[in-house]
Amino acid sequence: MLIVNSPVVETIQVHENIYIQKILSPEIARDIRPGQFLNIRVSETTNPLLRRPFSICDVDGDNIFIMFNVMGEGTKILACKQSGSFVDILGPLGNGFNLEDDYETAVFVAGGMGSAPFPYLTRKVKDSKKIISFVGGRSKNDLITYSLMNVHTSTDDGSEGFNGNIVQLLEKNLDKLTAEKIKIFGCGPNAMLKSLKDFCLKYDFNCEISTESAMACGFGICQGCPIESAANPDRYLLVCKDGPVFNSKDVVL
Amino acid sequence: MSNVDLSVSIGKLKLRNPIMLASGTVGYGNEISEFSDLNKLGAIVTKSLSLKPRKGNPPQRIVETPSGMLNAIGLANVGVDVFLKEKIPFLKKYDVPLVCNIAASTVEEFVECTRILDSEETIKAFEINVSCPNVKDGGLQFGNDIKAVGLVTSKVRAVTNKPLIIKLSPNVSYISEFAQVVKDEGGDAVSAINTLVGTAFNIVTKKPKIFNINGGLSGPAIKPVALAKVLEISRKVDVPIIGIGGIMNWKDVIEFMIVGASAVQIGTLNFIDPAAPERMIKELEDYCLSNGVNKISDLTASYII
Ligand SMILES: Cc1cc2nc3c(=O)[nH]c(=O)nc-3n(C[C@H](O)[C@H](O)[C@H](O)COP(=O)(O)OP(=O)(O)OC[C@H]3O[C@@H](n4cnc5c(N)ncnc54)[C@H](O)[C@@H]3O)c2cc1C
Ligand SMILES: Cc1cc2nc3c(=O)[nH]c(=O)nc-3n(C[C@H](O)[C@H](O)[C@H](O)COP(=O)(O)O)c2cc1C
Ligand code: FES
Repeated sequence: MLIVNSPVVETIQVHENIYIQKILSPEIARDIRPGQFLNIRVSETTNPLLRRPFSICDVDGDNIFIMFNVMGEGTKILACKQSGSFVDILGPLGNGFNLEDDYETAVFVAGGMGSAPFPYLTRKVKDSKKIISFVGGRSKNDLITYSLMNVHTSTDDGSEGFNGNIVQLLEKNLDKLTAEKIKIFGCGPNAMLKSLKDFCLKYDFNCEISTESAMACGFGICQGCPIESAANPDRYLLVCKDGPVFNSKDVVL
Repeated sequence: MSNVDLSVSIGKLKLRNPIMLASGTVGYGNEISEFSDLNKLGAIVTKSLSLKPRKGNPPQRIVETPSGMLNAIGLANVGVDVFLKEKIPFLKKYDVPLVCNIAASTVEEFVECTRILDSEETIKAFEINVSCPNVKDGGLQFGNDIKAVGLVTSKVRAVTNKPLIIKLSPNVSYISEFAQVVKDEGGDAVSAINTLVGTAFNIVTKKPKIFNINGGLSGPAIKPVALAKVLEISRKVDVPIIGIGGIMNWKDVIEFMIVGASAVQIGTLNFIDPAAPERMIKELEDYCLSNGVNKISDLTASYII
């Protein structure tokens, strides 16, 4: 965990509202694992005040990549940072995906911006595992398949791929999933993660999900990011420190 | 080598410099130790501790506002027993004064918590958080009720000889009246301010952005209010003041000292730049050197009005 001021190499617009930013940050690149995140201060002024959390999207040598959707002021400022600007990064943060489990096929399930952590995960597991990626969105403009392998898509409005949600698409492809030892990795909005969790319980799949929460610090000191624990109803887990990746059985969504 | 004296006293409590870390913004010290050398700091104040562990409020607990943030954490904490067993061993390794902040729902609970913690020698002082609902007395916050603040001060005073700081709520008409009661009932110092009550609503769903509806406003947005409260106390009551509210840099520290603070606490800034408090110590020293200030404590209440 460190704070570094790193130069932006380039910022590329990949969709209407979506950007990929390449940042030269050897210190972060060396240590960060898929599923971990960075808390980025986009401005030295007090507005916006807090850092903004982003998943690590990819790492290539000394460069790190984040992929983000322009939502409000913070991401707007970030999107305007071109080569030569600096970003103030606090990270790596949180627990990443567990890649040591016993499985043969990695199944990635992404909803909307939930695709963000999968390029790096793909890079890390593609040589040793088979990969199937399921990518969902409201409509075809929300499908983010950048750097993903073996992609199946679904849209709520049927404008591309399967017409329905991503978990329905998984259910439809159940035969592909029961053939071998699989592990499911999910990232996306909470409602999607909840139905993914239920799906995995029903068919007894091992599943890790990357969760989201409002955050102030990102490293465990503010208690701002609680998530209900399945094991202990008397205390919350913290998304930033105990997560953001959890086994889907360990949290209540 | 410089010969600036950065040390300050808050009543009986001696600190090597005026930079303290505020309750609820440092946990129990371990995470922040990765960014700051705790041994360099004036003091650290624990998250509010209660007699029993508290789960805290459901999400959403925080929301950003212009130059500030609202929080309604709900005093989530491990409780005094776990604190003593699991958190103190880490803090013992450091030579930084540890101030235990205590929260409770009854006067008796304040007393009981203090009594239990008092024998732990690592704890150098107590800070009482009166911004919590008084369950036995209709749920009004202790901090808004001058009699309750007086009662808590005198009852806790009776069970500890360690420096006793009462952390005042700004959500009152005249904060100096509360500071006076603290002094009259045997408190050693006051800290001011805790967060200001605020809220934020989503204009599409028409729902509050945080679960608890109201939250506590902190960050640079509250600094002018905090300065005014510190000044009010300083002009009316002869009691050491710890200034808190929106400090973002060393200049803010100096400003708080000028209006009457003996020391300060850094809160929200720890979330954004956890290395900043340590850095400020050097910057304060530089300020003193270039302004002919030999003892930083000379700045306290040096306002010219
Ligand atoms: C662990 C984690 C990883 C994330 N990874 C990515 C990613 O890879 N790509 C991406 O586009 N987005 C990601 N997000 C969401 C991203 O942090 C928000 O979109 C961003 O903070 C919005 O900031 P803003 O100023 O543009 O929006 P505003 O809406 O103006 O932000 C206002 C406040 O709300 C907070 N906020 C708003 N939306 C979210 C959200 N969805 N989650 C948490 N806080 C939010 C902001 O941090 C800020 O404090 C991630 C969130 C978390 C918690
Ligand atoms: C997330 C958060 C949690 C806090 N928790 C506590 C607490 O447990 N007890 C307490 O006395 N004050 C608590 N505070 C108040 C701070 O200690 C401080 O008084 C306040 O935030 C104003 O200072 P700042 O503007 O520098 O943050 C909390 C503040 C924040 C932002
Ligand atoms: S964001 Fe501060 S504890 Fe998780």
